Amino acid sequence: MSEAKAKVRAPRVNHETKAFWEATAQGKLHVGKCDDCGEHYYYPRALCPFCFSDKTRLALCSGKGEIYSYSVTHGKEPYTIAYVTLEEGPTILTNIVECDFSKLAIGQKVKVVFYDTGEGNAVPMFTAA
Amino acid sequence: MSIRGKAYIGGIFEHPTRVALGKTLPQLHAELAKGALADAGLGKDDVDAYYCAGDAPGMGGIDMVEYMGLNNVRQIDSTETGGSSYVLHVNHAAQAIAAGHCKVALITLAGHPAADAQEGVRTRFGGETPPAAGFESSYRPTIVNMYAMCAQRHMYEYGTTSEQMAWIKVAASHHAQHNPHALRREVVTVEDVVNSPIIASPLHRYDCCVITDGGGAVIVVAPEIMKSLKRPAVKILGAGEAPKHLMNGRVDLTYSGARWSGPKAFEEAGVAHKDIKYASIYDSFTITVLETLEDLGFCEKGQGGKFVSDGNLISGVGKLPFNTDGGGLCSNHPGNRGGMTKVLEAVRQIRGEAHPKVQVPNCDIALAHGTGGLLGSRMGSATVILGNQDS
Repeated sequence: MSEAKAKVRAPRVNHETKAFWEATAQGKLHVGKCDDCGEHYYYPRALCPFCFSDKTRLALCSGKGEIYSYSVTHGKEPYTIAYVTLEEGPTILTNIVECDFSKLAIGQKVKVVFYDTGEGNAVPMFTAA
Repeated sequence: MSIRGKAYIGGIFEHPTRVALGKTLPQLHAELAKGALADAGLGKDDVDAYYCAGDAPGMGGIDMVEYMGLNNVRQIDSTETGGSSYVLHVNHAAQAIAAGHCKVALITLAGHPAADAQEGVRTRFGGETPPAAGFESSYRPTIVNMYAMCAQRHMYEYGTTSEQMAWIKVAASHHAQHNPHALRREVVTVEDVVNSPIIASPLHRYDCCVITDGGGAVIVVAPEIMKSLKRPAVKILGAGEAPKHLMNGRVDLTYSGARWSGPKAFEEAGVAHKDIKYASIYDSFTITVLETLEDLGFCEKGQGGKFVSDGNLISGVGKLPFNTDGGGLCSNHPGNRGGMTKVLEAVRQIRGEAHPKVQVPNCDIALAHGTGGLLGSRMGSATVILGNQDS
């Protein structure tokens, strides 16, 4: 991990999100999945936000998606916040990293990369596929 | 209006846990909601009103509505009076039902101080971390970039341009020049806006509102009190409200909660868009105004850029004078909360007390719209339509 990568702010983890964040340390991205209604959702939570079923689990993602929208925050060290629509369906908030921000486009294909927080987990971000 | 006989309690649920080890606070709220709905024999989609107090994490119920996946809420109230809140919520819910604003109101309370003590978590008073925060804060969301992504998507889907959005700031600046209290009184051009520095693409500095202190206040009175007052009557004709969120990951940034709050307000007021002589539209950013105008129905979805162009929002020039005090873009955005000043200028317009240079002639009906939270994630929308005594 580079020095810049270590600067990523660690997420606040709770009982509902512990498994999601532990898996990120192994480079795995999940969304929530309901075994009753079959829907994928994000962020993961204990009761399905579609049908209130408690038969929910984490579903492993391919890590591939496309940019739904983005914004480059200007300043000393510009960074890009974005919504990325995953192959599994949900659109998630993230950062786009390690690419030329001036060439970003909605619809662009991206893939997940993980940034270590130094606290036992890693934050999923995306870069050009 | 009395609530007597106008509302009933249809379902209840008390959580069986006494020490909620391994559960989160939002989770308890959801389990309680599920239990009460099951008791009533109702479904999640039947809920059209949500009430919570300070025990619920996040902003005024918006985070909880998102967490629980409640998509049909059109009345929301997070009045906080400590332990008495939920009794008070029953009253507020009954009032809302009696007034026809909702039919199925959900009230939840949850806490886990015992589990926190056993798990070594410091019990928090007045502000548990919102459930989505763990999935967002690492990405450095700011108010500006969370609105900027809406603009970016709107431009992509509808061909909206920075020049079109700039017209919103231009109109506000034309009004602000006449307001001696406005923070920024200089009149700006479309070129000035698009040549101002980018803060978060595609939003420029002049696409963003000012940051100010101060505030405002409103007194709402009964008709018989109004009669005894010496001020011009401003009648509340109708109102609507709705939270909007990320819909479990089915994100759409091209519209706001005004899509639901607007039609409700128009229906209750019994007026049409052509009747609105003046509109106060929440203007944290130019894109906020653009999406709101579309959602309120002043133009077709996607046509907001065209609608705001060429001075259409400038008093005395365009068809829909807006924010004649200079709005949040030029005059005032006290405490980063601009809904109050939206109501104030609408009242001035109906009283005929706006600045003569921006006063709309015969302003008998006006609209005020507020946006809270983030257009780019979870937000609250509220619309009110006001009229004069004869309206």
